[in-house]
Amino acid sequence: MAAEDGKIDPMYQFEVQTIFEGFSLGGQQISLTNSAVWMGFAVVALFIFMRGGMKRELVPGRWQMMVEGFTGFVDNMINANIGPGGKKYAPYVFSLFMFILFSNVLGLLPVGVLGLHPFTVTSHLTVTGVLAIISFSIVLLVGFAKHKLRFFTLFVPHGTPLPMIPFIFIVELLSFLVRPFSLALRLFVAMTAGHILLKVLAGFVINSANAGAGFGVFVGIPSFTLMIGISALELLVAVVQAYVFALLTSLYINDAVNLH
Amino acid sequence: MDAEAAKLLGAGMAAIGAGVAAVGVGNVFGSFLESALRNPSAADGQQGRLFIGFAAAELLGLLAFVVAMILIFVA
Repeated sequence: MAAEDGKIDPMYQFEVQTIFEGFSLGGQQISLTNSAVWMGFAVVALFIFMRGGMKRELVPGRWQMMVEGFTGFVDNMINANIGPGGKKYAPYVFSLFMFILFSNVLGLLPVGVLGLHPFTVTSHLTVTGVLAIISFSIVLLVGFAKHKLRFFTLFVPHGTPLPMIPFIFIVELLSFLVRPFSLALRLFVAMTAGHILLKVLAGFVINSANAGAGFGVFVGIPSFTLMIGISALELLVAVVQAYVFALLTSLYINDAVNLH
Repeated sequence: MDAEAAKLLGAGMAAIGAGVAAVGVGNVFGSFLESALRNPSAADGQQGRLFIGFAAAELLGLLAFVVAMILIFVA
């Protein structure tokens, strides 16, 4: 947090900083940023987590039960939403869910006390946008490969009266095209809003303690209590947003596979 | 009115949208709980729909937040 004339800037935590200058490619600077480092942390943590649970023990231990809980959860979601044809999309939806979950939770880690600033990768529209574009292109590719031009019947629901077809087609097409934006925006804004809220409350705690003992007791301590509650809420939001992203992706894939 | 003041007023008014979205999200979970207690055996099968409704209601509140952020930092 940058403290300039006593004001704490809640947006400072989202700044992408260059750690290692790297090289330039076609006029663009390719460098190692804190965003890339925290993405790397998420991948390494995910790798270790999955590695520890894939020993295929006959009597599963705690770790394996944890991993199987996640895989079973995503498997159930796929089965319920896509049906028998959805088995081959399970790896993608699982990776998506786990990566978003891990980067959300890593961004909430209290490693600030060690001097390391946690960076929430998913609080940037560029990252969530790329994830949403991958999901959307899978829907388009699968839809057109499987149904050819009949994919366009997705935009005309069964039983639409003939005069209504042009209007319904346009409305459905718009709602289809808006999907990647709403998918990316939801995750990005939910994470950003939560982190701003936490930092604003943290600013209350610091500034009220600096202003005197009375302020510290009557403003600082209630704010700090509220912060603890909001942190728990943010953990819930981190999980729910990862779940919603994976759930909506599987629903969209269902549209492409089964075509209504 | 000063343009800067109007921007900040607009950002504050965008918070109304966040509050109304809170009513929407509460309605989604409230109705779910109400009907889940009437027929608990059918509740588990509707969890996906619950979260789809939640996501749709929440997105509109988040859009209000985006409007506020654009007014403060971008416009």
